[in-house]
Amino acid sequence: MGKRVSLLVLLLVFGCLVAAPAGEVKKYAFIFKSTGNPFGEKLMEGYKTAIEEQGGECILRAPDLPTAEAQIAIIEELIAQRVAAIGLSANDPDALQPVLRKAMRAGIRIVTADSATNAASRDVHINQADPELIGRVQVQAAYEMAKGKGDIAVLSATSQATNQNIWIEWMRKELNNPRYEELRLRKVAYGDDLRDKSTSETEALLKTFPNLKVIIAPTTVGIAAAGKVLTDKDLAGKVFLTGLGLPSEMAEYIQNGVCPWMYLWNPIDLGYLAGYAAVALSNETISGHQNESLVAGHLGEKQVVEASDGGTEIMLGAPFRFDKSNIDEWKSVY
Amino acid sequence: MEQSAGMSLERPFSWKGFFFQWEWILFLVFILIHVVMASLSPYYLNFSNLVDTTMTFLDKAFIVLPMAYVIIMGEIDISVGSTVALSAVVMGLLHQAGMPMPAAMLCCLVVAAACGFLNGYILVKFPELAPMIVTLSTMIIYRGIALILLEDQAVGKFPLWFEYLGWEYFGPIPFMLFAFLVCALIFGLVLHKTTFGRQVYGIGSNRMACVFSGVPVDRVRVIVYTLTGLMAGVTALFLTSRMGSTRPNVAQGYELDVIAMVVLGGISTAGGKGRLIGAVLAVFTFGYLRFGLGLRNVSAQAIMIIIGLLLIVAVAIPNVRGMIGRYLTKRKNSA
Repeated sequence: MGKRVSLLVLLLVFGCLVAAPAGEVKKYAFIFKSTGNPFGEKLMEGYKTAIEEQGGECILRAPDLPTAEAQIAIIEELIAQRVAAIGLSANDPDALQPVLRKAMRAGIRIVTADSATNAASRDVHINQADPELIGRVQVQAAYEMAKGKGDIAVLSATSQATNQNIWIEWMRKELNNPRYEELRLRKVAYGDDLRDKSTSETEALLKTFPNLKVIIAPTTVGIAAAGKVLTDKDLAGKVFLTGLGLPSEMAEYIQNGVCPWMYLWNPIDLGYLAGYAAVALSNETISGHQNESLVAGHLGEKQVVEASDGGTEIMLGAPFRFDKSNIDEWKSVY
Repeated sequence: MEQSAGMSLERPFSWKGFFFQWEWILFLVFILIHVVMASLSPYYLNFSNLVDTTMTFLDKAFIVLPMAYVIIMGEIDISVGSTVALSAVVMGLLHQAGMPMPAAMLCCLVVAAACGFLNGYILVKFPELAPMIVTLSTMIIYRGIALILLEDQAVGKFPLWFEYLGWEYFGPIPFMLFAFLVCALIFGLVLHKTTFGRQVYGIGSNRMACVFSGVPVDRVRVIVYTLTGLMAGVTALFLTSRMGSTRPNVAQGYELDVIAMVVLGGISTAGGKGRLIGAVLAVFTFGYLRFGLGLRNVSAQAIMIIIGLLLIVAVAIPNVRGMIGRYLTKRKNSA
């Protein structure tokens, strides 16, 4: 017995010795919504580039399920590692508040990108593009594709995804315009950003609404799944698809006519801007208040502006249109 | 086998038997994880980190305790994740409708216990149904009700003191850890020191014998399932407090995590074997393994693979040990 105990003690002491603190390079983390999302991978790639350009160490994380519970555990781990700042694409705007407040009390700066938390639990949000423009432009696309009348449906991510919900709100506002009188939004379906669920939700939409003209999928996972379903069912020219998608995944469906055109911003630039904001916050170059500005590497100078939820944000730019004329040059980029 | 509680009472104490117990092996694994993780990450061996992180995995651990009873009875309950979601959603809605928070919390526990009671009731009324199938159905039903009640929305805006439940400390000890240890102590004493506990083991070892010797098998089963529901309600309280809001899709996959912890704790799915201390050790082993790997920023998929491997090893070790034991006895006998 005595031998065993002393062996254990020895091992523990060894553990403590090896555990001496490492060098003092500042660490910046990014947490995406879940693993296996190509948009998230590009975003994190941009974040990493920005952090490394500025001499920081970058940690990239994503939970196996797109839930707030899983993100809370990861944030706790990052607080324990004493990172300088956390970049985050939130699975729920409010559920992360307690743990993010704890991180902020520990001196960690919080930047959200892609999907924001509520204003009280972040320093600044990086907005991919003006949510109003994103919402309106997709309805305008649907209007053109449906030639002004018919049923349309939205295939979104999770019902709690902050960004998608704001865009859908703007879509509804755009649809209130008398111009869209004959365009009827029949349903907002939630594919939870999972391939299989998005596929079955698309199939359900096609079954429930036989006169469906356009599906708007403001999420990269959803639009790719819907593109596959429409292609497999040979519905090109009958049911159109538009929304927000990755050029590399959507090139096939843009070329075969299922999706005449779609929109997106550059996720690499989005992550890149988030990386510069994270470093600027932790170096106290900016504090996340309105009217401050920072120089974000090759993106140039960016302004901190007031966000619609009462917090602050930095805008990346307007959404970009991908169609048959330019998809070939973009599909190899991201 | 030596972890059979029935036999260990009569068997004289031996050091060899003591060290070959599953719980002791698990304890060594637990220590080993600490040593390895501490040498891999400079942030691991830090009292406040080690204590803080318990709050990220203890929410579901409350269900591990009654689930150990269920599995010792040779049964299973996979509806617990849905029970958590339903009771949390009911609590959120009642609070939103103006009910004072303590009353809403009580309703949360009542709803959860009712879910568990229903599982038990169906099982004793229709003895030909397998627990796996019944709780699979109620798993879908409970989550379905939660979805009907709240659709795709979230409820929150709980009073500030409710947040303390999942975030506050008693001195250096998180309230949650304290609550878990108290619950574990009670469940351990009931399982190992009371007639009720003996009956749970009895049902798992030989149900027919229990029926014929007058053990109230049906009553014990209903009580155990109701307790499982009740503890899922406790999990709902802590989880909701941690998140500050709740949705119908919370606690997804909790049933599998919970069952995995019980099995890693050396509690045989065949029933009748295992001890509560094993399950409690397994909770911390799992939790710290995840935390340590997370500190090394291991990807989520890799963590799942490592935990899967650990589980296979956990299930295989008693078998391998048995094989070695038989081989040794054979050699001794033939020599």
